[in-house]
Amino acid sequence: MTLIDQLPIFLIIFPVLAALLILAAGWYDRRFCYPVFLLTVLFQFLLSVFFLFMVMHGGEIRYYVGGWRPPLGIELVIDAFSGFVLATIMLLALATAIYAKKSIDLEIPHEKTVSFYVLFQLLIIGLVGMTVTGDVFNLYVFLEISSIAAYVLIASSRRSFSYVAAFNYLVLGSLAAGFILLGIGNLYVVTGTLNMGELAVFLLESYHLATVHSAFLLLIIGFSIKAAFFPLHLWLPDAYTEAPSAVTVLISTVMAKVSVYALIRFLFSVFTPSYIIETFPVTECILIISAIAIIAGAVLAIAQGDLKRLLAYSSVSQIGYIMFGIGVANQIALEGGLLHILGHALMKGCLFMVAGLIIYRMGTSKLSDMKGISQTMPISCAAFALAGASMIGIPPTIGFISKYYLVLGAFEAGLWIYAAVLLAGSLLAVCYIWRFIEIAYFAGAHDDHRVDNRSTGSREGPVSMLAPMLFLALLCLILGFYVEMVMEVIGPAADLLLGGA
Amino acid sequence: MEDSITILPAVTIAIPLIASVLIPLVGKYENLRDGITIIAALAMFGSVLAMLPSILDGGRITVQIIPLLPGGDLVLHVDAFGMVFALTAATLWLLNSFYAIGYMRSLQEHAQTRFFFCFAVAIAAAIGIAFSANLITLFIFYEILTIITYPLVVHVETEKAMREGRKYLAYLLIGGIFLLAAVILTYLLTGTTAFVPGGFLEGSGSPLILQILFLLFMVGFVKAAWMPIHAWLPAAMVAPTPVSAFLHAVAVVTAGVFGIVRIAGWVYGLDLMAVLGLGTLLAVIASFTIITASLFALIEDNLKLRLAYSTVSQLSYILLGVSMLSIAGMMGAMAHIPIHAFLKITLFFVAGAAIVSAGKEYISDMKGIGTKMPIACLMFSVAAIGICGLPPMAGIISKMYLAIGAVEGGMAVLLIVLTASAALNVAYFFPVIYTMFLDRPGDLSSLDSVTEPPLTMLVPIILTAMMSIVIFFFPSMPFFDLIEIAIAEIMGQEVL
Repeated sequence: MTLIDQLPIFLIIFPVLAALLILAAGWYDRRFCYPVFLLTVLFQFLLSVFFLFMVMHGGEIRYYVGGWRPPLGIELVIDAFSGFVLATIMLLALATAIYAKKSIDLEIPHEKTVSFYVLFQLLIIGLVGMTVTGDVFNLYVFLEISSIAAYVLIASSRRSFSYVAAFNYLVLGSLAAGFILLGIGNLYVVTGTLNMGELAVFLLESYHLATVHSAFLLLIIGFSIKAAFFPLHLWLPDAYTEAPSAVTVLISTVMAKVSVYALIRFLFSVFTPSYIIETFPVTECILIISAIAIIAGAVLAIAQGDLKRLLAYSSVSQIGYIMFGIGVANQIALEGGLLHILGHALMKGCLFMVAGLIIYRMGTSKLSDMKGISQTMPISCAAFALAGASMIGIPPTIGFISKYYLVLGAFEAGLWIYAAVLLAGSLLAVCYIWRFIEIAYFAGAHDDHRVDNRSTGSREGPVSMLAPMLFLALLCLILGFYVEMVMEVIGPAADLLLGGA
Repeated sequence: MEDSITILPAVTIAIPLIASVLIPLVGKYENLRDGITIIAALAMFGSVLAMLPSILDGGRITVQIIPLLPGGDLVLHVDAFGMVFALTAATLWLLNSFYAIGYMRSLQEHAQTRFFFCFAVAIAAAIGIAFSANLITLFIFYEILTIITYPLVVHVETEKAMREGRKYLAYLLIGGIFLLAAVILTYLLTGTTAFVPGGFLEGSGSPLILQILFLLFMVGFVKAAWMPIHAWLPAAMVAPTPVSAFLHAVAVVTAGVFGIVRIAGWVYGLDLMAVLGLGTLLAVIASFTIITASLFALIEDNLKLRLAYSTVSQLSYILLGVSMLSIAGMMGAMAHIPIHAFLKITLFFVAGAAIVSAGKEYISDMKGIGTKMPIACLMFSVAAIGICGLPPMAGIISKMYLAIGAVEGGMAVLLIVLTASAALNVAYFFPVIYTMFLDRPGDLSSLDSVTEPPLTMLVPIILTAMMSIVIFFFPSMPFFDLIEIAIAEIMGQEVL
């Protein structure tokens, strides 16, 4: 066996070692923590791109941990779908890692930075693990790793309310984990295996069993909580708002996406489209709830006076878009939903980065304090405008492309009303995005309260924060043009998921 | 004629986009920044002109930019009708650029860099609409135009401007949603969205579906400002005058009516429209709008608002022409696009000049300003007479075709609408002219500070007014030649 064959496990093992190394380095000298962390994430990112490339050209990669074949051993599987999600989350993780340094120096108490980087690394490990594993129990383990890291990270900001937010999330997250574990247990009772591929085959004979139905429901509810799918999103607004900026960026983009990934995995790969459409028709239900999520999330977002909270509710709405694609469950809509995983990660990442930079620079996330801020922070506001346009779905951004696919899919399935809801949802997105745009750009050449740009100095912010933000914003636009490239990955992924239909 | 492939259409759109990148970079140096605007306008005008000969020969130019979506790639395609719009927009943008620079500097407006940046992107979007080869491409540029004109509309940033800006955005974006739905529906029905002369929808769905689809398109092209979804246009009057000129003549409303004509001729086809009874629908909408908007204009004292309602009314002439579903009707409709643009931009230019050099917005305040700024006010009169459809201005040409269309089609009602509207036009324009030249203010000294506007504004005013006279005497060059080619295309005849 060559080293290349062993690469998949490096995706997990190497960062775990790195996490320990960060701890050791921090003991020696705090300054070494960040470089180690950054290099590890960079390594993981390059590896994920490499895997994506391999999968596109050579088919799926299977790796048996310790050489034990399933059902005894744990299997890592990188196929078109997980490869795509893996590359997406690592891209965002890398951007966040670059962005995090300055923001963390400011927002995290100095003595906590070492443990912060360790936990940050663990969070990423957990999420990567969830993405690549082919074993449902292993998935649960990684889920817990990432969740526990996330609880602590959310609580790590200087603001006291962050403890409440973290505790809320802890309660709901543990509940979710409990549901998921029960679901997995049920599946094991019925089939005697924990491997996803085998589960899919063995479950076929047991689709009529109540045990399977209950497992299915438990899993869906559990992952819906983790993904903040309306109305199970209650932990999300506080958690996103109170967490340190860099953590918000990571959990809003990467973590939420991985939960959605896991949900889709269970819906389409462990259970099959025939189960979720015919045996236990849940897609209709998902569709209705996602339509409500799109509208409700957006309406709640409009009502917020805090930029981070506004963006948090917008996430509730946007998760609805992704679930919409699942609910329609035809090729085109599912492609739209998957594309929105990437698209939403890019734009929400960028928007939260802007919010973080405004906090870094102005010390506030209240919209009312941001009048005329485009004068002081032109680059950030331009990035916000671009990513915001993508959120609304204005062509030619990536947000428009996914919206187009979703509407096209809904039309094709004859779901006219739902398509109308989707389009209306994008109008509501205009309302909340525009609240910031109006305040930042147009709030009063005639207003005395506007931010004074002379007193705050000339530099907008550190390059290490501006660059990833701008990069994500431009990616929203560029991928809108070169969407064909992305679709070459997403097409096979959607094929794969619907393959059993 | 064969399709030829060059990259000129892409270059035409790229020029203002490049300018839009440069403008913020050199924003501190006013002269350099405005120089870039002018150079870009000249270059773009030149590049449109460079394509003109081959289009006049009946050729077409196609550029595939990038594969994009199921239903349509990003493709540019220059044909005769697109050329009519592009040529109008490019010419007027050039003049409007000079005018805008003069206007913004005279009033020492704030945020000029943002203003010219948005202007450059907006014209790129307008040209993109003109050169769109399919509905997807058209939609993309249409939405860009909506968004990028918003900062222009709310430029003054007052409470009122923000409120009206929201209205503007709401109307246009909701329209955009309808347009998107229409585009997707078209794709689902036919599997394509590429424009085909004479239409491609025939036989693709039940009449009811196609009628609904047409309504979706009509609401989608809310930029055509037909009643009752016209309210965004008067709302947008809070914008500085060069923006109004841009909205009313260069790009925005023109994009709306352009879209509707495109749909009629290149998606539905006139025969199918007739079968579905859509001509009647359009005729009703257009007649209602023409008359009602003229009445609104009659009672409006704010000059720019009066002009806005006049635009609403005049745009529906174009819809009226389409509704006749005949050669003469289409001829009148297409001809009215550039002709109305040239006339209306002159009127707006003068309205802006009155603000800059006299500080007057309301017609009742304008008593006697014609004595102090005679050239500008004379040009206003020329254009106003043109809109009323009197010779020797170009307005009469398109109206003549419309009248011929109405008579040919035996639609006496439409003829009455046209006549009534002409009377109303006279009724709302002549009092303005009278006030300007013949009325005297109670306090003569109030006119002391009034002068002719600066040359950067006056010269464009004169040029646009002269253009409308030139078009009257030499209609064929180049607009009517282009229109004839376009009509031959959609009627399925060989190009003459």
